[in-house]
Amino acid sequence: MILRLERRSQRSTLMAFLSPVLAIGITLALGAIMFVALGFDPGEALYIYFIDPLTSAWSIEEVIVKAAPLILIGVGLAVCYTANVWNIGAEGQLTMGALIGASIPIYFPDWQSPLVLILMLVLGIAGGALFAAIPAFLKNRFSANEILTSLMLVYVAQLLLDWLIRGPWRDPDGYNFPQSILFEGWQVIPPLGEGRVHIGAIFAIVAVIIVAFMMGRTLRGFEIRVVGTSPRAGSFAGFKGKRVVLFCFMLSGALAGLAGICEVAGPSGQLQPNVSPGYGFTAIIVAFLGRLNPIGVFFAGVLLAISYMGGEGVQVILGISDKTTQVFQGMLLFLILACDTLIRYRIRLVRS
Amino acid sequence: MSVGAMGSDNGNGAAAGAYILEARNIVKLFGDLRANDDIDLSLKPGEIHALLGENGAGKSTLVKIIYGALQPTSGTLFWGAAPVTISNPAAARELGIGMVFQHFSLFDALTVTQNIALALKGERDLKALAGRIETVSADYGLPLRPGALVADLSVGERQRIEVVRCLLQEPRLLILDEPTAVLTPQEADQLFVTLERLAGEGCAVLYISHRLEEVKRLCHDATILRLGRLVARVDPQQESAASLARHMIGTDVAALQSGSGAATGAPLLELAGLSMPTDDPFGVALKSIDLAVRSGEIVAIAGVAGNGQSELFDAISGERTSKSADAVKLAGAPCGRETITQRRRRDAAFVPEERVGHAAIADLPLSENLVLTHHAVGNDVVRHGLINRGAAKDVMARVAEHYDVRKNLADPEASALSGGNLQKFVVGREMTRRPRILVVHQPTWGVDAGAAAFIRQSLVDMARSGSAVLMISQDLDEIFEIADRIAVISRGELSEAYPAGELSPERIGLLMAGTHERAGRDVEHGAEA
Repeated sequence: MILRLERRSQRSTLMAFLSPVLAIGITLALGAIMFVALGFDPGEALYIYFIDPLTSAWSIEEVIVKAAPLILIGVGLAVCYTANVWNIGAEGQLTMGALIGASIPIYFPDWQSPLVLILMLVLGIAGGALFAAIPAFLKNRFSANEILTSLMLVYVAQLLLDWLIRGPWRDPDGYNFPQSILFEGWQVIPPLGEGRVHIGAIFAIVAVIIVAFMMGRTLRGFEIRVVGTSPRAGSFAGFKGKRVVLFCFMLSGALAGLAGICEVAGPSGQLQPNVSPGYGFTAIIVAFLGRLNPIGVFFAGVLLAISYMGGEGVQVILGISDKTTQVFQGMLLFLILACDTLIRYRIRLVRS
Repeated sequence: MSVGAMGSDNGNGAAAGAYILEARNIVKLFGDLRANDDIDLSLKPGEIHALLGENGAGKSTLVKIIYGALQPTSGTLFWGAAPVTISNPAAARELGIGMVFQHFSLFDALTVTQNIALALKGERDLKALAGRIETVSADYGLPLRPGALVADLSVGERQRIEVVRCLLQEPRLLILDEPTAVLTPQEADQLFVTLERLAGEGCAVLYISHRLEEVKRLCHDATILRLGRLVARVDPQQESAASLARHMIGTDVAALQSGSGAATGAPLLELAGLSMPTDDPFGVALKSIDLAVRSGEIVAIAGVAGNGQSELFDAISGERTSKSADAVKLAGAPCGRETITQRRRRDAAFVPEERVGHAAIADLPLSENLVLTHHAVGNDVVRHGLINRGAAKDVMARVAEHYDVRKNLADPEASALSGGNLQKFVVGREMTRRPRILVVHQPTWGVDAGAAAFIRQSLVDMARSGSAVLMISQDLDEIFEIADRIAVISRGELSEAYPAGELSPERIGLLMAGTHERAGRDVEHGAEA
């Protein structure tokens, strides 16, 4: 008896929905095994990981705060990956957006006006978009592999940020800590209500809706899908592959930049050495788990945000390293890619 | 050097006596599909046996079973008189079965000798091998220079390498899959001489083709398949091309209605001094091409594959733009620098050679495949950057109805259609716009006879209604059937377009080999070193 993969005549719509469910299920099963191996009760650990974050108002708020940037970035990356453009550098675009946007309160600390916030957001978006245009240009002009260039630019952005907040942008009254001055008034994104949730969450929802409309209904979205599936057919249709590469990079860079400025002008309220706990990389998983579909990205973003919270939870309650979060995220990406095989293929048991 | 291991006890083909190969009750299932359903095939030594059938009839499956690339679900193969299991192609070669595939597996950067050495097991002495290649190839009238780089050779010469490679293994059965598809008529004649000589030495030849005239001329016996079943075993000499076609398709092929001759008008498509360098190391540069296609006529461009047809198509469609605006004129307007979208807006339509991956996308539904070429032509499919899915589905349904695209879902993915049906769709998709200028590349490539006749008829009707039709094709029968004028492309150069009545296949063959440009050039050894 051997297992054999047989190609289906059509993509299976059912499996396209089931594949992420299956991947999540296997991830949980493997996670349970991992906790047993570590000597913990798997039921308790998984409960703390995935259910507990949803049991209090405070942690639900925190999930929303974390899901917003994941969704913003994930939606942009979903567009890129649909076009077969491999932007791995969202973390750098996020950092660059945060840094450029934050330059306003740092250089004009006393300027208070609604214009400040708008300008910060616009600069954040522009910073991310322009930084993302670099790998797009290198790919279009020199055929440089965008996976490498976009990833390497992450470190460029992070080191630039590091230098700025240890040097020229360091808070003079900050006891030599590597951080900028604290932003205040119109330099901070207003919260929604009492808690930590801010309008970044609304940006994320608006981005999901706009991108879903663009991909499903507009010629631009069609162009992106066509060029991604078949560049030769795209050129026959009159679509320009290079323009699509630039557009996708700048769109996802803009969204990552927006996420970045929302982080520093929101929860942090200042520039610190780490703008995000790796949202730009986690959003890659969000994009795939969400089937490169904006609506799917929304749910995937919430799930991954829960896993961040759960990681903190098991560390606090059980004393397990929060590196388990990365293990979970890694397993999830791996399994989702594996399960996607079932969309095109079916498994058959063959008697040899 | 005698190649046929059976000796030379017969000189005139089909000899009496035992079968060299017999396949009995071969069944091959792929899932639920019966690709081969109880097929019998038998070949005698010295016989040239045709295997006929439309696409999807099961020819390739049967041949792969004989060559050991597939195992039958049930049924038995006999070699000589003994039952055998041919577990892989190496085992087939061991028995003395050689095969020349439609698509060659040669390394461009290696010489003829090196390529052949790679295919032969344990061949170390390249010098001796080169000598044998020279002798065998000269002996069988397939001259080859052992030291030539494959990249420099024409498609016909590349095929010779494959044939000679088989001959060196002293086959008792040689299988050829559509061998003349890539040859000029002269090259094909040469190949026939070789095959007849081989048969005369006792080697059996299994000849797969859909060119019926050729089969009638060359083959002693024919097995005809349809939809996986054996439908007839006939003597092709006793049959007409029409009766063979009837066996293959099951019904009569509609005769072409050419309408009242060409009433041609103003030139709608003009090429003047169109040159284009190639950016692909194995591509072909276009050299100063001149051509005019008038309203109401079909002009065909004949030529052997790989002589610049794809490059010419891209240059006319605008997928590659040229430096000079005047190099391409559509309806009198210079548009050499315009994009394909701008040219479509000038009422031109294009059907490229490759259905999947160029003309259409396999994973997209037909309605979205329609949007590919309809998004900028001023109908309702796209308005203000928004796709109107309902309109796209309506137009798609209309194309499917008018052009007889058979599908089992309302809006299936392109990959779910058979080749012939998808071809009818991509042709119909352009024709439904009623373009004044239509450029098609290989309109009936790999399409069954019924669909091919339908597409040709549509092209003729299009021209008769006043459009200018340019057809790039490698199928001479097709060209003679519908073209009003014929030009020949060779190494990126285009001959003058001659009225179809003034050209014979032989003349076209000479033009294909490039003699219009360099008189006295050695046709036999077409390629420069």
